[in-house]
Amino acid sequence: MAATEELIRVAVEAGTPLLLATLGEIYAERSGVLNLGVEGMMLMGAATGFMVTFVTHNPLLGVVAAAVVGVLLSLVHAFVSITLRANQVVSGLALTMIGLGLSSLIARKFVGLPLPVRIPTIPIPGLSQIPIIGPGFFNHDPLVYFSYACVAILWYVLYKTKMGAAIRAVGENPAAADAMGVNVFLVRYLCVALGGGLAGIAGAYLSLVYAPMWIENMTAGRGWIAIALVVFALWDPLRAMIGAYLFGGLEAAQFTLQARGIDPSLLGMLPYIATIIVLLIGVKETLRKRIGAPAALCKPYYREERTL
Amino acid sequence: MPSWIKLVRRADVTRTTVIAVTAASFIFAFLLASIIFFWQGINPVAAYHDIFISAFGSLRGLYFTTLKAIPLLLCAVGLILVFKANVWNIGAEGQLLLGAVAAGWVALYALPNAPSFVVIPVMFILGAVAGAAWAAIPGFLKGKFNVNEIIVTLMMNYIAYKIVEYLIYGPWRGAGSWGYPITDEFPETAQLPLIPGTPIHYPTLVLAILSSLAMYFLLSRTKFGFEVKAVGYNVEAARYAGISFFKVCFVTMLISGALAGIAGVGEVAGLHHRLIYPWSISSGYGFSAIIVAWLARLHPIAAIFMSFLLGGLFVGGYAIQVSLGLSYSVIHLFNGLILICLIASEILLNYQIVLPRGELKWQRLKS
Repeated sequence: MAATEELIRVAVEAGTPLLLATLGEIYAERSGVLNLGVEGMMLMGAATGFMVTFVTHNPLLGVVAAAVVGVLLSLVHAFVSITLRANQVVSGLALTMIGLGLSSLIARKFVGLPLPVRIPTIPIPGLSQIPIIGPGFFNHDPLVYFSYACVAILWYVLYKTKMGAAIRAVGENPAAADAMGVNVFLVRYLCVALGGGLAGIAGAYLSLVYAPMWIENMTAGRGWIAIALVVFALWDPLRAMIGAYLFGGLEAAQFTLQARGIDPSLLGMLPYIATIIVLLIGVKETLRKRIGAPAALCKPYYREERTL
Repeated sequence: MPSWIKLVRRADVTRTTVIAVTAASFIFAFLLASIIFFWQGINPVAAYHDIFISAFGSLRGLYFTTLKAIPLLLCAVGLILVFKANVWNIGAEGQLLLGAVAAGWVALYALPNAPSFVVIPVMFILGAVAGAAWAAIPGFLKGKFNVNEIIVTLMMNYIAYKIVEYLIYGPWRGAGSWGYPITDEFPETAQLPLIPGTPIHYPTLVLAILSSLAMYFLLSRTKFGFEVKAVGYNVEAARYAGISFFKVCFVTMLISGALAGIAGVGEVAGLHHRLIYPWSISSGYGFSAIIVAWLARLHPIAAIFMSFLLGGLFVGGYAIQVSLGLSYSVIHLFNGLILICLIASEILLNYQIVLPRGELKWQRLKS
């Protein structure tokens, strides 16, 4: 029993940064904007969160600063790809490069320093007593509980509110959404900014809780896994949770599995192969609709050239 | 875009405009970087001086700049072709690695005792085939089923990383590598010849320049080149004209993958002489080649110069590591800023910005 509890606990811990980043990217993509800059925004969040916490001894301030930096960086992508209608793929890649370079530059004097304060682990009374799942899910730091709240709120907003319907409409058929009176540009800006903020917090989780320290390029590809997870989760916040903990668990269990003779490199391919398979399943139009893949993903919206 | 700014689509763009806008965005990127450096207490002039001198200021620097330019050019030429067709191959990195794996297999396992004139061509051919095969998967899926090639090629990069990792940690780990995750050194027959006195493996350099000339010919003088551009310009119109999207998508991906594969052969057979950590084999050439392609505005001949320019930036990255104590990653800041300024400037190429002041006044008078 203790082993299962421990496995759930480490899976949640390793999965939380993936989950936060994936949730943000789901919203950006649902509104029709692919942001390949997740890795860069996470790195800037990790660097900023660490530096602010190190200087102020206040982790909350660190997390907020990380979110703000993530939003600012994502707004660069929003401006270039939504307003200037430049290529989303290239803009996102540029964002990742900027994040990698800028974070290693601004935080160069903080590499390897120990964090003076820790974010405390707060067991939730009652819930953490539930056998097996209690200690695994409800004995964590506040950022993990924040990610649970995000899943619930973002799922509810996306499927049960008018705002969510507007977001999905903008990602599916922006011209029709525009005709219905939805401000396509505003919705896209907000969704991209939300994605940036959550990616920033995801980075802060790495440098404040998971590591906890700052090392250059410490995200080590987690931003790309998040982009894969968006597809794996079929653009759904609830399923993102399953995917994130699955891949978080795989990451955390690597050493255990290696000891049992399973090659970690081959195992590490699974998330990427699974993503390609999901894309293949989405080929059929009926399935694509059921899956929720946004039809207008990557397509800039030209109002003056509207054809509908 | 605020409503008082009016964008008018340009009918056609002159070459002077393209060069001016490209140069301006390049300079603007360095201005932005200067501000960031200044804020960080680093003298930007000193940094640029060090970058420039180390990359272009000495013969030694030029050798290393050339060495970096080879894989960048090979990957970029292939990317120019697919980007022209509006197909997004973000997987040159993985295709390069598969080329490296093929070279490793030929050098260490298939033909360890064969003479150079057999091993080297076989390495290049199989490297190209491996790269093309890796690109064929996303190319086929995109062409046949319209599966998002951006995400598939990205994922295949990571699968390629893991394949190399698996090989160097597992079955291909060298007997003489003291337990390090690297293969044995390639036999001398499988090491590419160098220009005497330099580290430049000239067979790959020649292939790179030939590929860019061939690509210019393909795009400007052949029917297939015309089909590629037609698909890139308007997929539906091209389809009406009887051009097969599948053929264009699949074949351009194959060519692009093959060129990246050749770059991978050059890196391991010409430089490292063994398979090493995947991110040390390539140092991100597959991604940086996207910048080269964009700087060249998708012109294969311009890509020759731009790959040298970017190669120089890579070399400069090592220099400021030593002279200013900055991490090598800092060059990614330049890469990213250049790239984002370039694509942001595209709107200046495609549109003319008009500020209709008179019109505004007139409207105010009317209301």
